[in-house]
Parts: sequence; C-alpha cells; structure tokens
Amino acid sequence: MKKPFFATKSTFFALILIVFSGIFSSVLAAEEPGHEAEPFNASEVILHHVMDDHQWHFADWLVMPLPVIVYSSEKGLDVFSSSRFYDEHHNAVEYNGYKLDHNHITLADSGKAVLDLSITKNVAMLFINAALLLFVFTSVAKGFKKNHGKAPSGLQSFFEPIILFVRDEIVKPNIGHHYERFMPYMLTLFFFILFGNLLGLLPGAGNLTGNIAVTMTLAVFTFLITNFNGNKGYWGHIFWTPGVPLPLRIVILPVEIIGIFTKPFSLMIRLFVAITAGHIVLLSLICLAFIFGSYAVGVGSSLIVLFINLIELLVAGIQAYVFTMFSSMYIGMAVADHGHDH
Amino acid sequence: MLFALLLDISYAIMGAGIGAGLAAIGAGIGIGKIGGSAMEGMARQPEASGKIQNAMLVIAALIEVAALFALVICLLISFKG
Repeated sequence: MKKPFFATKSTFFALILIVFSGIFSSVLAAEEPGHEAEPFNASEVILHHVMDDHQWHFADWLVMPLPVIVYSSEKGLDVFSSSRFYDEHHNAVEYNGYKLDHNHITLADSGKAVLDLSITKNVAMLFINAALLLFVFTSVAKGFKKNHGKAPSGLQSFFEPIILFVRDEIVKPNIGHHYERFMPYMLTLFFFILFGNLLGLLPGAGNLTGNIAVTMTLAVFTFLITNFNGNKGYWGHIFWTPGVPLPLRIVILPVEIIGIFTKPFSLMIRLFVAITAGHIVLLSLICLAFIFGSYAVGVGSSLIVLFINLIELLVAGIQAYVFTMFSSMYIGMAVADHGHDH
Repeated sequence: MLFALLLDISYAIMGAGIGAGLAAIGAGIGIGKIGGSAMEGMARQPEASGKIQNAMLVIAALIEVAALFALVICLLISFKG
C-alpha cells in the first residue's frame, strides 16, 4: 500500500533530508544554555506534546494562540484568543472571569466548569484533516468523471488502487452482498484514520487520532451503523442464540449483550493506544538527548528515532486497515444472511 | 509498617518499570510465535508468502497494541508518581 510512494527517488531523498535536519537540530538544541535554570522535565514535555492544548506550540519561540470559545449559563458565549491566558510563560493569569488550569477552563470565582467549544490543537488538526480529505477526494472524483473509460491520471491514479483495495480486500469479503451501502462510510473511515495518523507524525503536528474522544466518536459511528442495520438473524443470535441448549442460552445472553458494547470499545482503545504509545515512544527517545545533554546521545537517538518513525508509518497504515476491517466484520455480522441452516 | 511501605512512591515506579519490561516480553513472545509460524508457512508454500506476510504484519500490529497498552499504563504510573 505504501510501496508506490516510497519507491520514488525524490521521496527517499526528502526523507533523508528531513532526518538529517532532525539530527542536527536535536544536537543544536542540546547545546542551548538553559535560559531558565529549571531541570529538564521529560514527562511534562512528553505529556504536553501528546495531549490537547489551547495553543499550537510549534517551537519554543513559535507559538500560535488558538481561539477560545466558551459558553456558560452565567456569562453566556465568550470568544477570545488563548494568548490572553498567558503572560511571559505563566498561565496563572485569569481573563474575564475564566481561569485556565491544565487545559481545563473554569470560572475563576466559583471554579465551575464551562462548556468548552474552543478551537484547540486537535480541533484545528481535525479541520485540516477534513479539508485534506475533501480536496483529495473531490479531485479523485473529478478525475474519475473526466477519465471515464480511460486510464486514471494525476491524484486519481494514486488513490484509486487504495480505494479498490479497501473495497475488494476489506469491505466486500466481510460484508458480502449489499456492501455498496456501506462503502462510503468505510472509505471515509479508512482515509480519515490514515490521513489523521500520518498527519500526526509530521513535526509540530497535533495528535489527532491519538485523542480518545476522536477514536470514541469513530467507534460510536461503527456501533450505531452496526446496530441500526442489524437484521433479525443478528438480534436473534444475541438474545436467543439458536442451536444451543436452553441453560446455555441464559448464560450466553449477558455475555452477548456486553459484547455489543465491548466491540466498539476495543476499536476505540486499539487505535488510541497504538497511535499515542507510538508518539510517546518517539518523544521519549528524543527527550533522551535533552536529559543527557550530549551530542553523541543526540546523534544516536536521532538514528533510532528515524527507524521508529518508519515503523510508525507502517503502524499508521495498519491501524487504519485494522479499524476498517473490524468495522466491516461487525457490520457483516449484523447484516449477514443466515440462510437455511438455523 | 507494611502500609507505609506500600504508600512509598518509589515502589510504584519500580512496579511500573517491571511492568513495562514484562509487557515487552509479552510482545516479543507473541510476535515471535507469529513470525515463526509465518516463516514455517512460507517455507512450506513459497507461492503463498505474499498473503502470509500481509497477515503476519496485521497480527503483529494487534499484538503490539496490547503491549503498548501496558506500556502506556506503566508510563502513566511513573509520570504521575
């Protein structure tokens, strides 16, 4: 699936260039004299990079404040820039009656939580992902209409084999006939997760698919589509499993009911853990250079980080594949035609 | 005295370290078994090696997620402690 992209010489050299600039920048950063005499706190840096934030922190000197949109019944709707919460690297500043504490915005005087609809880093990444998906697939669709009956060209020629892979290897074998109804959802799911994973690996990007709220939303979509499309055979198998003796059916009943919920739960946890743990491992290795503060460790850790980044690219593709495959398996079980055997 | 011993944060962090190591062992054993049977299958039937390799990568990712889950919990323990 990744082979056509990495086979070109230019992408190979681009990778090498990015890696070497990474090596040199980590070595250079290790030499910078501590501007504040605080010791390097690796866990704080790592957790800060992996979690959501109200500002987009590209580098120490390049921080983009994002809009804060809060609604509370006491103060109504308030929209302002998150830079108002900070002054000279401290975030103890209250603004307009709101207080920002570890990414939770509360009312300053009562400490009550407010409805936080801000454009945080993850929300901005979500918009970027959505815009990228729209751009790519409208151009693929336009190419398909233009090249009807002829060979594909341009962006269409790159994505069409992947779309056919999703249809022929993931959706069709698992859902069987009537698979066309679910193809739009499966394709959206696959490419959303794939682009989200890949975007999260870029330097300075936010951790989109490693946010448990995002993966929970995707799992909830699969849960809703599975259960709203369940036919009589599906519900029959859950509540009154055919073909087993009666006492066993009573035992199987709670297990199956819990199973309805554990299946999307496992989807959610799997994607979240795979992506977040990958990012934590990468960040820990990069932080090694800062903990030891030596050039040699910087160079060594950059090489290891290069290899683990390549593994993370593979994991990005595999997690998209696995999520889509399990979703189509669950939907396939829900719409399966049980035939005459029961 | 035992209670005071258990409340000692350093033991929690030691437990986190041991847990992370055990998770790595688990992942190693699981992926090793998958790799071993994949190698055997490919040796028996070289023309199926493409399919076997794809299946092996996918299952390795699933096993790795389980190990990473344990790793994340150990990291959380060591960071919060």
